[in-house]
Amino acid sequence: MTKKLITPSTTTRRGALKTLGLGGTALAASTAMPGFIQAQSSAPIKIGFQVHRTGIGASYGRWYDRTSQAAVKRINDAGGINGRMVELIPEDDGTDAKRGAEVIEKFATQSNCDIAFGTLFSHVVIGSAPRAGELKLPYFVVSEGHHVASGMLNRYTLQPGITDVKSQVQAMAPYVASNLGKKVCMIYPDFAFGHDHRDYFSAAFEAQGGTINAKIAIPPTETSFTKYFPQIPRDTEVIYHVMTGPAVLTFVKELGEFFGPSRPELFGFIDSLEAVDIASPGLEFLEGSYMWEGMPRYVQTNQSEWDKAYREAVGVDENGASVSDPRDISTYAHMFGCWETLNIIKAGMEASGYQGPADRAKLIEAVEAMSDMAEGMDHPQGAKIFNGKTHQTFGHQYITKVEGGRMNLVHTTSIEDTLYEDEVDYTTQSF
Amino acid sequence: MDFGPHLMLAMLEGAVTAAILALTAMGLSVVFGVMRVVNVAHGEFYMLGAVIAWFVATTLGTHPAVGFVAALVIAPLVVGALAAAADKLILQHIDYDPERTIVATIGLLYIIQQGTLMTFGPDASPVEPPFNHRIALPWFEWGEDGFAFYYPWGLSITSYKLFVIVAAALILVALYLFMTRTKAGLIMRATQQDSQMAQAFGIPVSKVYALVFGLGAALAAIGAVLVVPIQQAHYLMGHDPLLLSFIVVIIGGLGSLPGTVIAALLIGMSDGVISVFFSPTLAKIMATLAVAMVLVFRPQGLLGKKAH
Amino acid sequence: MDRALTLHLAIIAALALAFFILPAYHAGNLARIMVLAIYAMGYNLAFGYTGLLSLGHALFFGAGMYGLSLSMQHLGTPTLPALAIALACAAVVAGVVGALALRTKGVAFMIVTLMFAQAGYLVALYFSEWTRGEEGFVLPQTMRQIAGIDLTTAMGRYFAALVLFAITLLIIGHIVRAPFGRTLIAIRENEARATMLGYDVQRLKWIALVISGTISGLAGATYALLFGYAGASFAAVPYSILPLLYVLLGGAGTTLGPLIGAAFMIYLFDLSADITDAYMLIAGVVLVLLTMFLPQGILGTLRARRFKWLP
Repeated sequence: MTKKLITPSTTTRRGALKTLGLGGTALAASTAMPGFIQAQSSAPIKIGFQVHRTGIGASYGRWYDRTSQAAVKRINDAGGINGRMVELIPEDDGTDAKRGAEVIEKFATQSNCDIAFGTLFSHVVIGSAPRAGELKLPYFVVSEGHHVASGMLNRYTLQPGITDVKSQVQAMAPYVASNLGKKVCMIYPDFAFGHDHRDYFSAAFEAQGGTINAKIAIPPTETSFTKYFPQIPRDTEVIYHVMTGPAVLTFVKELGEFFGPSRPELFGFIDSLEAVDIASPGLEFLEGSYMWEGMPRYVQTNQSEWDKAYREAVGVDENGASVSDPRDISTYAHMFGCWETLNIIKAGMEASGYQGPADRAKLIEAVEAMSDMAEGMDHPQGAKIFNGKTHQTFGHQYITKVEGGRMNLVHTTSIEDTLYEDEVDYTTQSF
Repeated sequence: MDFGPHLMLAMLEGAVTAAILALTAMGLSVVFGVMRVVNVAHGEFYMLGAVIAWFVATTLGTHPAVGFVAALVIAPLVVGALAAAADKLILQHIDYDPERTIVATIGLLYIIQQGTLMTFGPDASPVEPPFNHRIALPWFEWGEDGFAFYYPWGLSITSYKLFVIVAAALILVALYLFMTRTKAGLIMRATQQDSQMAQAFGIPVSKVYALVFGLGAALAAIGAVLVVPIQQAHYLMGHDPLLLSFIVVIIGGLGSLPGTVIAALLIGMSDGVISVFFSPTLAKIMATLAVAMVLVFRPQGLLGKKAH
Repeated sequence: MDRALTLHLAIIAALALAFFILPAYHAGNLARIMVLAIYAMGYNLAFGYTGLLSLGHALFFGAGMYGLSLSMQHLGTPTLPALAIALACAAVVAGVVGALALRTKGVAFMIVTLMFAQAGYLVALYFSEWTRGEEGFVLPQTMRQIAGIDLTTAMGRYFAALVLFAITLLIIGHIVRAPFGRTLIAIRENEARATMLGYDVQRLKWIALVISGTISGLAGATYALLFGYAGASFAAVPYSILPLLYVLLGGAGTTLGPLIGAAFMIYLFDLSADITDAYMLIAGVVLVLLTMFLPQGILGTLRARRFKWLP
């Protein structure tokens, strides 16, 4: 796959905005310009928060909620946005596409939210986005799906705070090929999310000179896995696994029982092990295996001051668990997206001088104009490059190794590793 | 992996699935047989059994075996009592009307699921098995020296999985003896055959119904306690067992206990074996259609008596 | 004009007026409720009038949804032909399923329909290259229009829903009072007697199921068209249970029960979600209480107690 650096387009508007310091340092810029923003209303800015409180996404939803609350508190403690406080209006979508669309309508037409924010599961995003576009409600998702950058959605839907699956997956290929092995067997759930992994990883891995020697799709409703493992070829050097749902512990346990003492290298995505203690009974088999993490759950030796402060603000201890209950494990590899997205919303609202729903298009243009985002308190996961045309952000990915019941960082990808060619230009669509 | 060992592995896995399924479906079958109602909340009783097993094991915090045995006693009792109470409070009130029972038990399903989400939480929680050893299994081949045993790569099972198969079989035998050799079983069967006649002969039918409903739920709970060291407790885990139990009960023939066991074996084993031959999702589609076709051409199930 | 038809027309007029009176949020909700009511009306014809308790109508809903959205997405078919394709898909699927499933009765019928629907759901997952499976896909916004009327606006959507709802209601209202519908009710009440009287019960049941499935398919296609999304979750088991609940709550075998039931359920969830996160708990309790104290559903109880003429 060809890789190409995203160069910000050089239209005059963009150039002008850039000189104003909007690209990345918007926050600093706007606070440096007091008086520019005269709050005309003291009513709070309402952010409709589409949260998975029930249904299959509930583990994630709980931590997306906590992270978002902490981010809003920090924003309000620092004076809010354009002099106005921020109010989060949470609404459960039941992790359901139909209910998701209803919730968007509720935000737009009943609770009069300025924007909507926070959705994780792809089917809810895709089910909700058409309604957000029709109701002209800016919709900031934190989903890691490729749906935004694929061009399927609309100008009102953005994903500025978390990277997408396509960039995550392809960035793993160089490390796997040069450190773990050249013959990879992929095991993935047999639906869209798994197929994204299958397609993007095999393309990127074959470009590295590796071969995929088997692709084992597992039906999404499956609860026992041993019967699929004989399809793993004998000469497999690396097993790439990305299971979803609560059955993942069974999957790992049975994989361990299948291979016994001698196993190939394992490389997996943390997604299904989010909110699960790595030291759980049955997960011993993961010892020595490698994991993709959006942000390392365990405190690393090179911990940044921002990670430290972010953990403290959200209430997460050094093992990635809640400070009030060490058994309550966070979804640390994803939830930073809520924190960063809210800070981007703040920066965008300040850059556009956002006053109310009439300024929604200006807000989107301001966010589209962003590109470099420096690591810092607003972006504790690391630096990012936002692509205003595809509405998708790109950032560093982390590979950790399970050692002694914790995950230690072994590799950080560059942002360049995660880039791919634009598939859409949303800025050409009208509002 | 060679075809032979692969097939054997799939069959062993299928047997574990079948064992759990037989217990869970038996619960549904008993309720269906005696009370003639469809309990849509059956899967939730299964889920409750798993969650209670997790709770008992973690609260005791002793050796996994102690927690497991305690859970095996406590979970079915608690779940059975809950189900009996639901029967008294709700089902008896609506007079076991088949359609209203479906709606009422859907309501019950919501209540149990949300209640569990609020107390137990949304995470999947594992329970440690009381014992668990990997057992490599031999296979045979015709080599140059004739017949020989060897240990093929990957062909293994765990001691706990074998235990599940044996335990489920023992519980089913105990249930069979209970139904056929005890007075309580006799009363149940009498009620099943003709509840009005049973009432006329002084059998407290409403009590029997409550007990049967409790027994059905308790069987699901036992199945869940057995499965939870292999899978995990999760508040949405009741969905698939409900569907599968339904299928097993109907395929086996309504209310036929031996039929239920045979159907559970058939469905559980085929789930494993079909996956050897076909791509898994396609296999599920074919298995599902096969079940539908069996029913279309033999609506009374395998061992059911022809209606009318 | 008789009372039943007057009532139906009055309801349709009231719904048309409601768009201009209700706040935007509730008008939007009502559009959705009408679409789901179409689904429930289709279901009601099989369950409420003919006595066929199917647990697999999501298959027909999904056939309509995918018939429309796949042809629009991949073939670029305009709305009206796509709608025709959707209805044809649903009718064919219902015809085949009906021919097989109607060999069974009672609980076996429930399970057979459930199994067919489950297979249909898995097929949607299996062909995820086109359907994007569970994740689903968005219908191109520019294509969602009929004769120049933009269906993505609040008004376009509402009145499209209303027109389809009205057509369905009037057709159903006609069917159930015509000799055909009366025979269906006779079959529900006593199949043996209907057979004895010389009716071809199997064939009538099959026709009822095909009409029912086609209307359900219309609802699925309309949902995709008006809300811009098609996904496999709409073909999954819960969407087979939903119309059953709507119909039972509103009143099985009443023409307006499906509308009342759908509105009741949607607002029950929506309003209780405002009060508490545990809205499923509240919904569960209400369902249990309703079955205990309003066994014939809302309209069914009204009809039994007061308004004997209710259609």
